Amino acid sequence: MKLSARGGADDRSLAQETSTLSFLIRRLLLSLVTLGVLSILVFAGGQLLPGDVGRSILGPLADERAVAALNHQLGTDRSLTVQYLDWISHFVRGDMSTSYAFRSPVAPFVGAALANSLKLAAVAFVIVVPLGIAGGVLAAMKRGTATDRIITITGLSATVIPEFVSGIILILLFGIGLRLFPMTATAPPGSGVLTGIYYLLLPSFPLVFLLFGYIARMARAGTIEALDSDYTRTAVLKGLPWRLVIWRHVLRNALLPTITVVASQAGYMIGGLVVIETLFRYQGIGSLIYTAARGHDFPMLEAGVLVVGLVYVAVTLAADLAYTALNPRLRGALR
Amino acid sequence: MSLAPALRSGPVRWERTRLLLSTPTFMVGLAILLFWVGCATVGQTLVDPLADDMMNSLLPPSAEHWFGTDQLGRDMFARVIAGSRDILIVAPLATVLGIVCGTLLGLIMGFFPGLVDDLLSRLIEAVLALPLLILALVALTALGASNGTVIVAIGLAFTPQVARVVRSAVMSERHLDYVAAARLRGETAVYIMVVEILPNILPPITVELTVRLGYAIFTVATLSFLGVGLQPPSPDWGLAISENYALIGGGYWWTVLFDALAIGSLVVSINLIAEGLNGALE
Repeated sequence: MKLSARGGADDRSLAQETSTLSFLIRRLLLSLVTLGVLSILVFAGGQLLPGDVGRSILGPLADERAVAALNHQLGTDRSLTVQYLDWISHFVRGDMSTSYAFRSPVAPFVGAALANSLKLAAVAFVIVVPLGIAGGVLAAMKRGTATDRIITITGLSATVIPEFVSGIILILLFGIGLRLFPMTATAPPGSGVLTGIYYLLLPSFPLVFLLFGYIARMARAGTIEALDSDYTRTAVLKGLPWRLVIWRHVLRNALLPTITVVASQAGYMIGGLVVIETLFRYQGIGSLIYTAARGHDFPMLEAGVLVVGLVYVAVTLAADLAYTALNPRLRGALR
Repeated sequence: MSLAPALRSGPVRWERTRLLLSTPTFMVGLAILLFWVGCATVGQTLVDPLADDMMNSLLPPSAEHWFGTDQLGRDMFARVIAGSRDILIVAPLATVLGIVCGTLLGLIMGFFPGLVDDLLSRLIEAVLALPLLILALVALTALGASNGTVIVAIGLAFTPQVARVVRSAVMSERHLDYVAAARLRGETAVYIMVVEILPNILPPITVELTVRLGYAIFTVATLSFLGVGLQPPSPDWGLAISENYALIGGGYWWTVLFDALAIGSLVVSINLIAEGLNGALE
């Protein structure tokens, strides 16, 4: 332990550092517990719901012995605990068992679908994050005016409109009416990165509508709080130019809570893409779960759902780390 | 003693109501919602959404068919008006189910900190790692799609989220004097939770109710669009869009546009009401 003349202050900051560090470790362990519980839930759902797996694959007319043989082959005649341990130990090694529908390993399908969904989400986020922050900060600076009300109410209204509703209207307007964009999200095979992004633009707009309100609302609230704070008043009173006050003092503090919102939305978004992917015929993780659910392909369904949960937990954890790293009050902890 | 809170809250409540009625966003939202509730109640007696006429299929909007006709020659105007019914029955029931289950769970978790709360919190955290839509989709795969199962699926998917809100509200009430007084009187845990704490946490539950109702409408419409929600021949908007979506490449825009606008107006109206309530209860 460091000893100095300002011992009291150092003790306090040291105590704060250890408490922040232990918070992060606790946070990490809790994430692992959450994932463990989720995997049990997903497995229980996937194994108990179909009842007799062999029967549900072969149909009601199949011979009893054929059903038993298939159950033995798939391993679904073992006890549930054994099946769960077998499934999860393979899953963490990247082996997500075999699809009922394709009779081949699930992992490559899930991997490709996840990559596609991440591309779509990335395009949407690159558009909506700067737009939402700019909208929120503008609304806060013009608090109480018509500009503020228009941004806030439009943002909130757009947030509650289902993606397929705004998607349909966008397709009618830009896909069919003006013929500016293709009606599908999947670029023809062999096309370049830019063409790929061009095909993803129209599908990303409904997501932009959905998220703009959330981000703008958080950015607005954060900016207003920062504008009303003592440190901003001090900065103004000591004669700092207004632009510098905004950049150095207001925005830095205002945007912290926004990170958390963006991250939790990003986590949800990966699984919530099912509607956009169906509407624009795109092979992502959402449409994979949807197809697996409708086709009663339970190994595929379990893997897809667990991966969605995994992405959510990982993204929110990353957001907490980023929040701690950027928060001036907690910054010391990660050094 | 029972009169004291009533005397205190009476004028406050009236003040809140007056504030609400003078909020333009709240009033616009209420007007749109009442319009659709009116359509849902009497719509089916004025128009027939199921009358097909194969000779007049896929007609564009005209004086005779304001919103055109669909593939079976059914009048789209009649279907949009009548399409408000099922969603306005299913979504509120799902919301009530989610609020009731979530409130019960939240009361238990908030009132019994320790092992019970810890276990349930881990469970809720795990469920909340999945998007609402995925939860409902998986539940409906297991239960099969019908009006009843949509209510159950959405209600259950709402339960953990409501429970979390109620739990934190109970946590902040638990240590107040009136709870301690009730304990000293020897009241049972159930009595304290339901008779003492519950009335005091009604404002956050009310806000939660309106917010959840918006999400419920959003989710019912989306599930119907995905084909796992309300089932044909219901004139439900989401279902109609799902049935007619393949046609828009052929230029039959009227078979989806009016349904889309109807869903949009309904969810926005609920949102405006929730916004107004939130402002008035703060």
